[in-house]
Amino acid sequence: MQISMTVNGDEITREAEPRVLLVHFIREILGLTGTHWGCDTSNCGTCVVLMDGLPVKSCTVLAAMADGHDIRTVEGLATGGVLDPVQQGFMEEHGLQCGFCTPGMMLTARALLDRNPHPDDDQIREAISGQICRCTGYATIVRSVQWAAEHPAGAAATGEEVNA
Amino acid sequence: MQIPAPFDYARASSVDDALALLERHGPESLIVAGGHSLLPMMKLRLARPEWLIDINDLFELDFIVRDGDRLRVGAMTRHTTLFESDEVRRLFPIITDAERTIADPVVRNRGTIGGSLCQADPAEDLSTVCIVLGAEAVIRGTAGERVVSMAEFHVGPYETSVAHNELLVEVRLPIRPRSGSAYEKVERRVGDWAVAAAGASVSLAEDGTIDHVAIGLTAIGLDGTVTEAEAMLHGKAPSEELFVEAGRLAALACDPLADQRGAIDYKRHLADELTRRVLRRASSRAAEAQEG
Ligand SMILES: Cc1cc2nc3c(=O)[nH]c(=O)nc-3n(C[C@H](O)[C@H](O)[C@H](O)COP(=O)(O)OP(=O)(O)OC[C@H]3O[C@@H](n4cnc5c(N)ncnc54)[C@H](O)[C@@H]3O)c2cc1C
Ligand code: FES
Ligand code: FES
Repeated sequence: MQISMTVNGDEITREAEPRVLLVHFIREILGLTGTHWGCDTSNCGTCVVLMDGLPVKSCTVLAAMADGHDIRTVEGLATGGVLDPVQQGFMEEHGLQCGFCTPGMMLTARALLDRNPHPDDDQIREAISGQICRCTGYATIVRSVQWAAEHPAGAAATGEEVNA
Repeated sequence: MQIPAPFDYARASSVDDALALLERHGPESLIVAGGHSLLPMMKLRLARPEWLIDINDLFELDFIVRDGDRLRVGAMTRHTTLFESDEVRRLFPIITDAERTIADPVVRNRGTIGGSLCQADPAEDLSTVCIVLGAEAVIRGTAGERVVSMAEFHVGPYETSVAHNELLVEVRLPIRPRSGSAYEKVERRVGDWAVAAAGASVSLAEDGTIDHVAIGLTAIGLDGTVTEAEAMLHGKAPSEELFVEAGRLAALACDPLADQRGAIDYKRHLADELTRRVLRRASSRAAEAQEG
């Protein structure tokens, strides 16, 4: 079937079987491998993308169900070569080690800050509670999201160079 | 890689269209709502529908409206919407309590109340909540609409009275004065299904005695409610002694299985303890409602 959606602002149309999951559509058919694929059982959250602005586990959504919807992946976080404050925060506060969980974590953080620009630590922990990180112990992820909350203009506000 | 077996996909544009599609494609067609129970089952090939009828465009089934002495909730209302609704929290805090523990915030963005009730997993938190609240399910077929109690709705584990060519369209929750409700669940880790959970709803008479009470248990083998405890509580003033006795009766009424989530004794202990806690909290919420 023909599947059309907006991905990171671009209108795309591709041919895919109805049984293709959104995560594989994004990774294999669109070649956007920033979205990771882990447990395959709706538990780990590394496959999280934003669908109409809300985090969803893309291993548990059919590409066909995303037809006509707006999808944002980690590739769509930086704009015009400038990192999103969330990405900058993960750099500043060491929010990742292996990086496997990071795309999903950052997209959930983006969606949280869009709704609640000043979350407390508990709200951040709650927002990412459906996503597993086996490296950081979460403390640095929470600090990274707080960094982004404190610097809504991102690196521009710090006056530092961005190595993006 | 877990991929569902091949199927054909159709997106319904209205309730009537969904019913027509189910009729046309026969018993091998299935509704997909949030897909967070069905797609995992299809990935494991535990479900192999030939047609999937997607009802996510049926925004007319995504509503929470107060209508006199009941709250009407559309089948496509997402867990997140229920969790964040102030009206739901005010009228039925048991729903807010339960939603906080259902899966995780990302799963809750997709899963729906209709999908939860139709999935009818024995550990489905909203099934217990709806039983405790005395909900009615509105089921629509091509021949028209019927309204059933939760007792009629639940046929057994993973089985409801919604026929293959019908849709659950709405859940109706009766609003009682001077009421409070609560839900509490024990899970192995955040977002997991219940080891055991309990829910209670208490309505007080004007003199402060218990006018109506319902107690439900999740995942530990009880259909319906803990009727012995309800009968014992009826007409009495809420007290710690009564809650202890109700907990004891709940532990006797349930029939848990030993599995990787726990042993039978442990689950009975949870039935006892959680029943006391939800009765305590539901009663104090009812007392607040009486004052306020
Ligand atoms: C990781 C994870 C953890 C979870 N943890 C919990 C938990 O702790 N507690 C809990 O209660 N649930 C839990 N769930 C289940 C979650 O609540 C699901 O969203 C819910 O059970 C199903 O809702 P859905 O809208 O996704 O239904 P779907 O998966 O779309 O559908 C489920 C079934 O219902 C049928 N159906 C759906 N809507 C209708 C309708 N309107 N009319 C007729 N038939 C319909 C479908 O055909 C299918 O058979 C969890 C799920 C996941 C993935
Ligand atoms: S791959 Fe989707 S939740 Fe783990
Ligand atoms: S950084 Fe390795 S899993 Fe999170």
